[in-house]
Amino acid sequence: MTDFDQANRLTAEGGHKRAGAFLEFVELFVTARGRRRLPDAAFQLVTLFFTIVVLAILGGIIFYLAEGSVLAFRTYGLGFLYTSVWNPGAEPMKFGSLAPVYGTVMTSIIAMVIGVPLSFGVAIFITELCPTWAKRSLSTAIELLAGIPSIIYGMWGLFTVVPILQEHVQPFLIATLGHAPLIGSLFAGPPLGVGVLTAGVILAVMVLPFISSIMRDVFETVPPMLKESAYGLGCTTWEVMWNIVLPYTKVGVVGGIMLGLGRAMGETMAVTYVIGNSSRIAPSLLAPGKSIASTLANEFNNTSEPLYLSSLIALGLILFLLTFIVLAAAKVMLIRLQRQAGG
Amino acid sequence: MSSTRNFDMRRYLHRRSHNWTVLALATSATALALLVLAAILFKLVWSGLSAWGPAFFTMNMPPPDRDGGLANAILGSVLMTVAGTAIGTPVGILAGTYLAEYGRGSRFAQFVQFINDILLSAPSIIIGLFIFQVMVVPMGHSSGWAGSVALSILMIPIVVRTTVDMLALVPNGLREAAAALGTPKWKVVTSVCYRAAIQGMLTGIMLAVARISGETAPLLFTALGNDSWTWNMNAPMGNLPLAINKFVNETSEIWNRLAWGGALLVTVAVLALNIAARSIVNIGSVKR
Repeated sequence: MTDFDQANRLTAEGGHKRAGAFLEFVELFVTARGRRRLPDAAFQLVTLFFTIVVLAILGGIIFYLAEGSVLAFRTYGLGFLYTSVWNPGAEPMKFGSLAPVYGTVMTSIIAMVIGVPLSFGVAIFITELCPTWAKRSLSTAIELLAGIPSIIYGMWGLFTVVPILQEHVQPFLIATLGHAPLIGSLFAGPPLGVGVLTAGVILAVMVLPFISSIMRDVFETVPPMLKESAYGLGCTTWEVMWNIVLPYTKVGVVGGIMLGLGRAMGETMAVTYVIGNSSRIAPSLLAPGKSIASTLANEFNNTSEPLYLSSLIALGLILFLLTFIVLAAAKVMLIRLQRQAGG
Repeated sequence: MSSTRNFDMRRYLHRRSHNWTVLALATSATALALLVLAAILFKLVWSGLSAWGPAFFTMNMPPPDRDGGLANAILGSVLMTVAGTAIGTPVGILAGTYLAEYGRGSRFAQFVQFINDILLSAPSIIIGLFIFQVMVVPMGHSSGWAGSVALSILMIPIVVRTTVDMLALVPNGLREAAAALGTPKWKVVTSVCYRAAIQGMLTGIMLAVARISGETAPLLFTALGNDSWTWNMNAPMGNLPLAINKFVNETSEIWNRLAWGGALLVTVAVLALNIAARSIVNIGSVKR
């Protein structure tokens, strides 16, 4: 036993762990045994360093966005959060985040309303109906939808989906739902094609592969015994899905939906192309609007005015915090399901 | 007695038709998803293929209504993707190694993995803003390097995640056998664990490359775009997504055609990488 070992043991016994660690560190360079362990310690230290880099990225994002938005919040105070005027042309410039935040939230809600049932349908088809030989290629095809870049969805949305919505779907919505009580005002106005609803539709397609693949994964955690018992009692496929699989996996399913929601809120190019870019909050879903991400994409490069830039960065900070909360909640739920499945 | 039987029959038929309806809806949802995929690909080929010619790959981005191509944008995209991959891969693999080999199960590692998973889905335009603040403002100008770093930050969480997952699949027996021979831990990790997990890690890297090569939002404020041929990564740099973004909504017909040609090229590249990444794992599992 070397002196260093002894010293280590003594300090550890005395509870001075820090001194122990320090001695261990010195030992690496001094004793022969330590020198043999040097590459090991170095490798561990290097990997630890890059792990901390990952944390530093998150810290850096929050710090730099906060630093950049100081000017905006100093000028407008908390009013920035609840005023809806976004007017860089005014003298002096006036900025409030309500219109972009409304657009981000509204397009994401529409995306979830359309996208979640679709994703659920796809997940049911793949887990319960699809013949085994087609399962793999079908899953790959659905996942390719997730691989298509955002800007391509934007172009396809603008040149294919917008004309269809404008000529067929929106006139129909205006003629029917537009006259309904309560929700009528949501479907009022001229059929422009572009607008909040269109952005929501495109987002629904974009989040479908994410949500459906998580649903599929969590459906597979259901013990076959439970499903077989239900089938044995004479349940139909749908009854098994709705009464057995869904209750068993609900935490995971909600987690998957939240993950999709987080994606939808931050989606930039696709939304920018089809949302119509208007700074007014309109009651109708058919009207053009703007989201936080589309505002950044459209306006950030057009200015060098410090207050304008700072207001845009403040919008970015709001978006990041919103997605952070949603994604963190999603992650917590998925971890809970994992624990449940494991234990 | 017979009335009960009738009642049961009605109920049974109702349940059955309900079931059929839902399953039909599920099938149509799947059909719709596949239809969207087909429609996007069809539209891209329909509008984009006619732009592909020698000029498309050899000439630079033209002024309005002049002939040209996207050669400089293709070069910029390749350079920035390669640089982004070169920065992001080692960082991601080493961080993933710590989480899987040294910190497994510790609170610190769980926390980092939690943060990593959030970064994985963080809006890419926010990464662009962050790099704008960190690199573009201090340097005083946009640059290909800033774009590359933004792309690498998008890539790191993906690589970390797949590295951790794949190293977790390596059986402990392998590590113990190597350790029993007196192999130092770093050697166990690099020569045994990496070798066992290499296919999965490669898949992760390729998926990450696929992801970053189609990204537009993080490049808007960092690489800015450039219409001329340049190898200088310390200056604003052209790239395919930004070229598409610039050309697609203009009145110039040549610009529009180039935009769709570029869109087809980006999508083909991204989907090919995606499929290739998945098939690596397939081949691997067949061999085993």
